[in-house]
Amino acid sequence: MSGHSDNLPVADDGNPGLPEHTWRPTDVDPKAEKRAERQVAALFGLSAVCAVLFVVAYFSLQVGDNHDTVLGLGASNVALGSALGGALLFIGIGIIQWARKLMADHEISELRHPAASSDEDRAATVAALQAGLEESGIGRRPLVRNSMLGAIGLLGAPVVVLLRDLGPTNAQVADAATGQGLEHTVWKQGVRIVRDVVGTPIRPSDIEIGDLFNAEPATIFETDEDGEPLIEGVPLQVAKSKGAVVLIRMDPADNTPGRGRKNWSVDGILCYSKICTHVGCPISLNERKTHHLLCPCHQSTFDLADAGRVIFGPAARALPQLPIAVDSEGYLVAQSDFTEPVGPSYWERDY
Amino acid sequence: MAIDTSKVATSNSSAATPAKPGRAGAVATWADERLGLAGMAKKNLRKVFPDHWSFMLGEIALWSFVVLLLSGVFLTLWFTPSMSEIHYEGSYDQMRGIAMSEAMASTLGISFDVRGGLLMRQMHHWAAMLFIASMMIHLLRVFFTGAHRKPRELNWVIGSLLLLLGTLEGFTGYSLPDDLLSGTGVRAADGFMKSIPVVGSYMSFFLFGGEFPGDSIIPRLYIIHVLLIPGLLLALIAAHMLLLVYHKHTQWPGPGRTEENVVGFPMLPVYAAKAGGFFFIVFGVTALMGGLMQINPIWLYGPYDPSKVTAGSQPDWYMGWPDGALRIMPGWETHLFGNFTIAWNVFLPIIVLPGLMFTILMLLPFLEAWITGDKREHHLLQRPRNAPTRTALMVALMTFYGLLWMAGGNDIIAIKLNSSINTITYMLRFLVFVGPIIAFVITRRWCISLQRHDNEKLLHGYETGIIMRSPEGGYSEKHLPINPSAAYVLSARERDEVYTVEQETDENGIPAPASRAKALRAKLSTLWFADNVQAPTAAEIEAAHHHADHEHELQAALDGHAADGHQFDGHHSVEGDPLRGSDQH
Repeated sequence: MSGHSDNLPVADDGNPGLPEHTWRPTDVDPKAEKRAERQVAALFGLSAVCAVLFVVAYFSLQVGDNHDTVLGLGASNVALGSALGGALLFIGIGIIQWARKLMADHEISELRHPAASSDEDRAATVAALQAGLEESGIGRRPLVRNSMLGAIGLLGAPVVVLLRDLGPTNAQVADAATGQGLEHTVWKQGVRIVRDVVGTPIRPSDIEIGDLFNAEPATIFETDEDGEPLIEGVPLQVAKSKGAVVLIRMDPADNTPGRGRKNWSVDGILCYSKICTHVGCPISLNERKTHHLLCPCHQSTFDLADAGRVIFGPAARALPQLPIAVDSEGYLVAQSDFTEPVGPSYWERDY
Repeated sequence: MAIDTSKVATSNSSAATPAKPGRAGAVATWADERLGLAGMAKKNLRKVFPDHWSFMLGEIALWSFVVLLLSGVFLTLWFTPSMSEIHYEGSYDQMRGIAMSEAMASTLGISFDVRGGLLMRQMHHWAAMLFIASMMIHLLRVFFTGAHRKPRELNWVIGSLLLLLGTLEGFTGYSLPDDLLSGTGVRAADGFMKSIPVVGSYMSFFLFGGEFPGDSIIPRLYIIHVLLIPGLLLALIAAHMLLLVYHKHTQWPGPGRTEENVVGFPMLPVYAAKAGGFFFIVFGVTALMGGLMQINPIWLYGPYDPSKVTAGSQPDWYMGWPDGALRIMPGWETHLFGNFTIAWNVFLPIIVLPGLMFTILMLLPFLEAWITGDKREHHLLQRPRNAPTRTALMVALMTFYGLLWMAGGNDIIAIKLNSSINTITYMLRFLVFVGPIIAFVITRRWCISLQRHDNEKLLHGYETGIIMRSPEGGYSEKHLPINPSAAYVLSARERDEVYTVEQETDENGIPAPASRAKALRAKLSTLWFADNVQAPTAAEIEAAHHHADHEHELQAALDGHAADGHQFDGHHSVEGDPLRGSDQH
């Protein structure tokens, strides 16, 4: 019996001990051994071939326009990935083959030790700790200790204060005139409702019954005399994130206007915020027959023929409605800003 | 420990003879004179690691993290974490001239104008999926086999934190390209934050540097993604590994494997070669996935625009379960004093629930230890069936997770199965409560049945499939004993010990009333182990074998004829056994 199991006590609980080690074919058959050796070397060789292929592919295949040739992924990407994958995999397989076939496969055994330290170590540590505390006098000088703890605790204040300028608060940015802050948008009296993307104004006659238009306030398309946009960058994104609306036209008989909203529509055309009152996704899936609008993020569904009431899903509040009218040139305009904040709820929201 | 290497691949034999001190020796001496490494290395170079396929799961997580670091560094060389608006002028035709953030434009640049850039992007994303998936499966393996028990509870907590941080790292990562899909995710995250009572809108404004979307979120997520969380992950992974080495790996019980030892291959060379080789395999598989499987094609989504969204918007799969909770939550909202709003419909499923679930996860080992009153160290793994309540508890949690995950795809399920999304949602609202209970009961009974089956095999042997007819005309199936090694594995498990309240008596001998907590604990412990089947005692096995021997005598007439084919069932050695009808007989 070989020595490897000598250190394994055959336990008295009937543990038969480690089974005897058996030699593998590669240990006793020189042919098998040579074969395994050749296999491992061949695997490493294949890896080297793949590495060369990677370099060749890198320089010979172009990226750019032809990004979807070969499997829709681009020749370069497919070739580089396959070559790199091969180069790595063959090394890995080679090493493991080497370990399994040629390295010694004797299991050995080690004794475990309890995770805990010995009692002597513990006692010595406690003694050292006590000596240290004693010599520092921290227990005898409460004035020093408490003032130090207080001072260190107060260091939290600079840390917290330093983070204050991460951003302004809602109250600081709130401005009805420019539509800043959670309670305001860029909509105001007379702002035209325009098609999104192109920014062209909309006449009531452009909309058929059952149609749904994605629209924006004309404000975000305004330009100065040189044709430069007046709002761009962050203010544009902020304006869009609150100002996006949908226009829907339905048979006025189908609509049940909310209290005090009788005059908010034009010939059965209603305008609602496009921003879901759940967590703020833009809503866009219209069920034409039922006047229901579904949010693709979490499936909150709103009944546009019933003041935007939630009829399904996790949203708690109706979609805010924008009161609209027709201006002197016959285009749809807002009567005012939204009468409530659009988008997700927050603590300070008071209605 | 002397090892017989006399026959090991003779080509290796030079390794066994000490080499003359050469250049390597000189370097080692130089280093040791400065670092004193030999003291530590002598213990660890031949450290024993037990072998089992399931021990590889954590390794996948480790190696995919390395792939993430390598591919991530590559990506940072080209990625511009900026929300400044520019007009894209790169190679991708469909987007040329479109206004987008520099983050999006540079991501397109990595995809279409840097050779190997798309490969690295896709490898990075696939490695992230592997990282989180393997951590989850590793977690399940650890729990189902009882490897979270003393002394490894803290490593369980560290592992749970790794999973939490990995998830956050994933979210911050896929948000960086600032494409329409990820922007929608960030938009939702803004809504999540705003739902937090009192501080919600402040948190949102501080994080976004003002009103959503602002121009700060991408640079801030970037630094969280490339510095803050990876730093924490690295530190926690180091701690996880150090504790693993200190505790030594758990092992399955078996002949020669006990609570006091650890049996397996030495670190050098076998374990190092296998683990090192496995790194190349994980890396290679990731490279193949990056080359052959498309992931997150942001050029199809387009740049983020707060007024646009696509149908079927979903986060990466590991964020699916809280998203599912969000989807099936009823639309509850409270208005306090007419001035304040609490959005329960968002706050509960997306802020409270994940926090609660992670707390439960981290507390599991402590909860179990408290209920069972078990204070011993455990290094031998348990089969899931031998801890029925624990196994059932995790399956219940998995069911809860799985149902919420399903809810996260309720729209996709509705489309694919052509069913009503409303029905699916209402059903899931009900199922998330009932499903885990059903799963718990079924799993527990299933485990107990398997325990019974194990005992059957121990006491009466395995079923040979040979039907015997007795002289009286009755039929019975012949059972044969399983081999001693397999029998040992089945019987080598501890008997469950139910926690009982000790009768504490004061100095007058009057029993002190058990505290309420102790009584509860005793009750829970009883429930925890209720109906478990214990491994048979030696006496029971002895008695059963005696009975079997007796039966064997009755069948003796048939023995000696040997080789009816059923010997060759892999249950025992057949060396030298002749086949029926063969010449040797």
